[in-house]
Amino acid sequence: MQKSKTRFWLFLAPALIAFALIVLIPTIMGFWYAFTDWNGISERANFVGVRNFVTIFQDQTFLHAFGFTALFALCAVVLVNVVGFALALLVTQAFPGATALRGIFFMPNLIGGLLLGFTWQFIFTSIFTAIGKATGMHFLIGWLSNPQTGFWGLVILTVWQLSGYMMIIYIAQIQQIQESVKEAARIDGAGAGSMLVHITMPLMMPAFTIGLFMTISNSFKMFDQNLALTAGGPYRATEMLALNIYNSAFAENHLGIAQAKAIIFLIVVAAIGITQLTLTKRKEVEM
Amino acid sequence: MENTQTVKTGMHRKNVTKKVVFVIVGILLGLLFLFPIVILLLNSFKNQRGIFMNVLGFPDAKTFTPNNYPQAFKFLDYTTSFMNSLVITIVSTALILLVSSMAAWVLVRYKTKASSVIFLLFAAAMLIPFQCVMLPLMSVGSALHMINRVGLVIMYVGFGTSMSIIMFHGFIKNVPEELEEAATIDGCNSIQLFFIIVVPLLKTIMITVAILNVMWIWNDYLLPSLVINKAGWQTLPLKTYLFFGQFSKRWDLASAGLMLCIIPIVVFYLACQKYIVKGVTDGAIK
Repeated sequence: MQKSKTRFWLFLAPALIAFALIVLIPTIMGFWYAFTDWNGISERANFVGVRNFVTIFQDQTFLHAFGFTALFALCAVVLVNVVGFALALLVTQAFPGATALRGIFFMPNLIGGLLLGFTWQFIFTSIFTAIGKATGMHFLIGWLSNPQTGFWGLVILTVWQLSGYMMIIYIAQIQQIQESVKEAARIDGAGAGSMLVHITMPLMMPAFTIGLFMTISNSFKMFDQNLALTAGGPYRATEMLALNIYNSAFAENHLGIAQAKAIIFLIVVAAIGITQLTLTKRKEVEM
Repeated sequence: MENTQTVKTGMHRKNVTKKVVFVIVGILLGLLFLFPIVILLLNSFKNQRGIFMNVLGFPDAKTFTPNNYPQAFKFLDYTTSFMNSLVITIVSTALILLVSSMAAWVLVRYKTKASSVIFLLFAAAMLIPFQCVMLPLMSVGSALHMINRVGLVIMYVGFGTSMSIIMFHGFIKNVPEELEEAATIDGCNSIQLFFIIVVPLLKTIMITVAILNVMWIWNDYLLPSLVINKAGWQTLPLKTYLFFGQFSKRWDLASAGLMLCIIPIVVFYLACQKYIVKGVTDGAIK
């Protein structure tokens, strides 16, 4: 059948124009700006070579934010996925209320990062302090004014927000494991424990790959929660990468430097994404 | 005979104990997950003194007040911000659905070099984090007079196309082409073919893509904070942020304000839970 070229371009045009204008052209411009002294005020941006990149690798706030974000991603990845998988195992059992629980565990995910950040700010500053005072557990007091507990505050918020999301992904996978496989293992005398380790977990691998990388990627890109919970405080100690870039641009007006940081950020995030794609593709073939 | 009976009741008892344990663990975990929202709700009905003296308890006769809500409502300029958010979310999502499904359809049906290169471009853009585009986009935006609500919607369409086209593409691939061929022979033109024949087949994926976009656009803070600069244009997340700057130590008002923002999301969730869960699962596995 003959299909007209006009139709192809006509139907593609609206999406392609919006995409080019909003994503493609700014991305290309961004690579140029990263090598200039652009400050957003003067008309011209002058080419400065790799100066911005040299500057950012001497910028203690950036290096700290990088390390902080990586460490955060590591902790979040482990906790979110362990909790998410445990929740999925629990709610796929047959007991009254299992469906309602699914709904509850997933709910935090729909609430925006800003609202979550402010809500947990209340929990850490008011509720934790009150519990700490009432029970004599003084370590619960002043969480967000201390870099270490501020870090764990962000981790707790993230676990609360994302583990329900991972649960949904893991439930979908658990339900795909065929009853016949489980039945065969049961006949062979597998108990609940060895069933989990030898049957369920290996068959869960594709979902684990997705879950792990989604959490890493989300952790690296986190902004709203960071802004609303700690705003990077105290003294930029809990500032993550995205917020560091934002502050470079809007608090310090170093747009060229912020853009150079954003390029490094792009490379890291894209590398994570590409690794995920390759791994999931390979897994699919094996299945 | 008696022997099997004992085994059976034994098994039965074991199952009941298991169920009871699950229910107890479930209730405890459920409470833990609900705790932040519930404690926020309780405190939104206390006066300042009540929050200061007894933040953990229920509001009592001395500390109960419903007045935080009307005040927070006023400070958030709730009706205006809510409507701004609603209109921006709905218009952006509708446009994303329209342009992405159109694009995805031709990208699937035309097996040309240009088609696969363009699809790859859309897919690759999924890897670009927002912070990377943000600053140059503001230059483009001000050059094209897009620092306003219309500009914001266009930006959402630009950002939304990638993920939406990938999802539509995956779905349309599995829709057989025969129906379209028959309709073409019957004399349908391109527009009729797409809107009369193809669109009705895309209903399920439309819902999924719509939900993913609504969740993202409704809650988005950063992009509107850069694009919206007039008081009457602010969306709910923007207004919430400003409200917190003003009332950071006033948890009586702040908790009511947060509840006012959380409630519509919970209502939306309860109304479309089935679709949301399906949308999220499909979106993640893509």
